[in-house]
Amino acid sequence: MSDTDDTPMVKAERVHKSFGAVEVLKGIDLQVRRGEVFCVVGPSGSGKSTFLRCINHLEKINAGRLYVDGELVGYRQRGNKLYEMREREVAAQRRDIGMVFQRFNLFPHMTAAENVMEAPVQVKGLPKAEARERAEELLERVGLGDRADHYPAQLSGGQQQRVAIARALAMDPKLMLFDEPTSALDPELVGEVLDVMRALAEDGMTMIVVTHEMGFAREVGDSLVFMDEGVVVESGHPREVLTNPRHERTKAFLSKVL
Amino acid sequence: MSLDLDKGRDEVAPEELTAVPVRHWGRWIGAGLVIALLAMVVWAFANAKINWNVVGDYLTYDRIMEGALNTLWITVCAMVLGLVLGMLLAVMRLSDNPVLSSVAYGYIWFFRGTPVLVQLVLWYNLSYIFDTVNLGFYKNEMNDVMTPFLAALLGLGLNEAAYMAEIARAGIKSVDSGQTEAAQALGMNGTKTMRRIVLPQAMRVIIPPSGNEFINMLKTSSLASVIYFDELFRAGDTISSRNLAVMEMMMVVSVWYLLLTTVFSIGQYYLERHFAKGSDREQPPTPLRRLRQQLTTFRTKSRVGGETV
Repeated sequence: MSDTDDTPMVKAERVHKSFGAVEVLKGIDLQVRRGEVFCVVGPSGSGKSTFLRCINHLEKINAGRLYVDGELVGYRQRGNKLYEMREREVAAQRRDIGMVFQRFNLFPHMTAAENVMEAPVQVKGLPKAEARERAEELLERVGLGDRADHYPAQLSGGQQQRVAIARALAMDPKLMLFDEPTSALDPELVGEVLDVMRALAEDGMTMIVVTHEMGFAREVGDSLVFMDEGVVVESGHPREVLTNPRHERTKAFLSKVL
Repeated sequence: MSLDLDKGRDEVAPEELTAVPVRHWGRWIGAGLVIALLAMVVWAFANAKINWNVVGDYLTYDRIMEGALNTLWITVCAMVLGLVLGMLLAVMRLSDNPVLSSVAYGYIWFFRGTPVLVQLVLWYNLSYIFDTVNLGFYKNEMNDVMTPFLAALLGLGLNEAAYMAEIARAGIKSVDSGQTEAAQALGMNGTKTMRRIVLPQAMRVIIPPSGNEFINMLKTSSLASVIYFDELFRAGDTISSRNLAVMEMMMVVSVWYLLLTTVFSIGQYYLERHFAKGSDREQPPTPLRRLRQQLTTFRTKSRVGGETV
């Protein structure tokens, strides 16, 4: 699939997800175009993080269809049944999807550079020297060229999150998922992470960003959906939705966070 | 009443005041009592009928040294068996497969629930119930196969595996689930995630109790003497039945056990340092480095409030 074709990067059709008896996603429909920054906002418990985690199959969906780049995620459809893929196939799908977590989840026993090198070496079989060179480039790109040999515990939260972004980029993903990337940061460290994400957006990366940073959504976002109680309540251009929300629930939420 | 007190609080200038620390009389009394008790013990031993020459002579006696070597050898072998099997059992217990996890649980239940001495005797006498070993490709008389060494290895190692499994399970569970998720999101498979991400972090939790187990094993291996494995205790015991210096020989044996456990405690310290990588901002200096530092800077050692005295 080339970048020029117009299959959406992500397409969700009636996606359902339950944890036991609790239905967290109640039929999500949406499309993410190539190269766009797609923001997902909503109150906690609205299912936005769960939806993000379904996109790389960290959570398994119970019904509906979820495509990334035209391919079903984690399942194969035969007739009216979805057959779950084997671990190896799921792992292969995940290679092209980068993910950044709220709590960074850097590997604490490895230096920044080793964190970034890990997947290219272990998964793609890249020679170590080459991976190291590339890791240094990526760390330079997120402004941490001089921190390559620091362990995560020796870095600030903002620096750790930037290393995490570099780690995800090391696999040359076609899609980046951000799960509240700035929620665990001190206020003065939020900016440096958002700057890196902004630069990434300018380079044309397709990004899905679950966030509470309305300013970022308004400035950088191309589309925005507001989710509540497992459904998409409202969607459109960020400026439009954030300034002129049509739905009562959106209005109520925005009046609290803006 | 002294003159100073009569002067009232405000008449003493602040810089003339000195703080007097609390006197800990209890500490002096406690220390005195303990030292007195220690002195009594030393006096008692100095006047006991101990033939110290025998202790000195037998410390480096061939059979004793061989015994110590065998103790070390069986400990290392049994621990390796216990460690490998224990890791496997831990992974089995954490598995989603109910058969695997129940079997692991059953194993742990049996081997933790029976005394290791009983297990040693069971292995050693296995020929009573199976007179031949037949593994398809290998066939032999059980009596030839089940040497004291093999019986000791199986008895100690399989028992150890049950304990190591619990230690390893605790270690694996102590690693944050976000670590597994991050590794999976990068496209790593389950085996790689376990080997590269989870286990290295679990080791920090696994090593201290494993070191404990190792030191325990050094001593527990003395039980293998009942199945005629020539380890340290048996060596001392056999000699003492000839020269009748029971207490002296047990002292010789104790010295060797202490030596072995001390060496391993030091090894454990360095192993823990290695796996603590990345967990602290800075590693504390090793005792050796600390000693060297103290030797080179002993002249400025006594400091009060940052000023050299």
